[in-house]
Amino acid sequence: MTPRLLYWSVRRELWENRSVYIAPLAAACVFLFGFVISATRLPDARRALLALDAARQSSGAVMPYHLAAATLLLTGVIVAMFYCLGALHNERRDRSILFWKSLPVSDLTTVLSKAAIPLAIMPAVVFVVVVAMQLVMLILTTVILLANGVSITTPGTQVPLFEMTLTMLYGLVTLTLWYAPVWGWLLLVSGWAKRAPFLWAVLPPLAVCLVEKIAFDSGNFASMLANRLSGGFSEAFSEATPHAHRKGFELQDLDPIKFFSGPGLWVGLALAIAFLATAVWLRRRREPI
Amino acid sequence: MPCVEAKGLRKAYGAAIALDGVDLRVEEGRILGIIGPNGAGKSTALNAMLGLTPYQGELKVLGRDPWTQRDQLMRDVCFIADVAVLPRWMRVSQALDYVAGVHPRFDRAKAEGFLDKTQIKRSSRVRELSKGMVTQLHLALIMAIDARLLVLDEPTLGLDLLYRKAFYDSLLNDYFDHSRTIIVTTHQVEEIQHILTDVMFINRGRIVLNTSMEAFEARYAEVMARPEHVAAARALGPIHERQVFGRSILLFDSVARDHLAPLGEVRTPSIADLFVAVIGAAA
Repeated sequence: MTPRLLYWSVRRELWENRSVYIAPLAAACVFLFGFVISATRLPDARRALLALDAARQSSGAVMPYHLAAATLLLTGVIVAMFYCLGALHNERRDRSILFWKSLPVSDLTTVLSKAAIPLAIMPAVVFVVVVAMQLVMLILTTVILLANGVSITTPGTQVPLFEMTLTMLYGLVTLTLWYAPVWGWLLLVSGWAKRAPFLWAVLPPLAVCLVEKIAFDSGNFASMLANRLSGGFSEAFSEATPHAHRKGFELQDLDPIKFFSGPGLWVGLALAIAFLATAVWLRRRREPI
Repeated sequence: MPCVEAKGLRKAYGAAIALDGVDLRVEEGRILGIIGPNGAGKSTALNAMLGLTPYQGELKVLGRDPWTQRDQLMRDVCFIADVAVLPRWMRVSQALDYVAGVHPRFDRAKAEGFLDKTQIKRSSRVRELSKGMVTQLHLALIMAIDARLLVLDEPTLGLDLLYRKAFYDSLLNDYFDHSRTIIVTTHQVEEIQHILTDVMFINRGRIVLNTSMEAFEARYAEVMARPEHVAAARALGPIHERQVFGRSILLFDSVARDHLAPLGEVRTPSIADLFVAVIGAAA
């Protein structure tokens, strides 16, 4: 495997799956469209905000920025999910796998290039789009407030853009690593299922939960799944900010020591590697469907 | 070193045996046609050579094990497995970029040269091209790769006569030189008979016939027997007899042409006629 082969394989993925960057851009446009409309009420809203105490001021001022990041994060996760389910399935369904296999690119390189989309490309796209969105929002807000003669220098309403960006970067990296076994599993099912990869990805884990519940009246597997799907942030952040004043994660909430020393991350990464290795094994054996 | 060497090649799909102990040796610089009825094991044999399917037995292609070393092997081997495998979403320009990016032996200028002779636009997507154009594109990509072995599995399936003729003409004129090897399977046997150097019949996973075309021409003869000589011709033990316009045409294996000449017009049979005689009789 050479960097050159990996580079062209990833480019190939982006040619085929333009949704990887178009969907986040579209989500950003929709969000900004809504934000522009809301901006007509901004001067009044900000005057009301200035009447509150500092903690609430800050909460109200940064809320849209957190919302922007959360919107894009959710978009990214959904797009990456559907990407993974199709990645090793579509090439078998349209028989183009025979063309790809006629070229000197190994199955390992191919699977790694597909895994790179949710593990590297998607987080990078989300990061860049969110930063751009937040800059646009900040500039727009400043211009509107200045034009309407509303104060923009009140400390409580300052938007800590740099800190927010650092926090988001950390959040993206940790979430990506936390979700690695999910991406691995989806790619594995995509390479294995003859049809309906979505059902094959979702139903067997649910079946395991059900069997465990009926047979042992316990929910260990279910809580493990729930922790994997929704517990990433609680592993990566600690609640340094009092709960009442929370408006999203902030720089002082970062807890890399807890995240990187916990067993959850490492077990997940080991599983991800096992899933991807199986996907490579499958890609070599599976034929067009 | 032979280009392809197989010993006891076996492959079964459950209870169905696709390849039943095939021994095979293809020397460099040959053009081998593999002919067989549907389900005879042709594609399985080719897929095994290309590292697309696991198998039992020994198989070496250009000295490599295709199953474990497919990616290295594909630097020296090209194949068109079926006309429909180019991804439909891809643009012509992307196909050129990608192959140029991953294949060390791809000569982009050469591929562009082939494409310039066609109606194919660089900005078109594969799904917008006609079936014939997709094959032209695939062939342009493949012919621009300096490979040692080219494998064609029904490359002209579903194409009209003009595209089929152009396909084999450009293959022969622009691609083939005697250091390359081509292995081709097709049902349109008549169209490739004149380009083959070797022919192999395969039926039910076994090789039924494997011969060079020189040996083929020396070994097989066909006589359009005059009515009064039909009985004498039959006495020489033809392997097949058919009627055309009321005349008997008898096909002989290893009978000297001197013996046949007095009985009627003697000629070399077509591969298709021999195929019917050999495989049809076994069926």
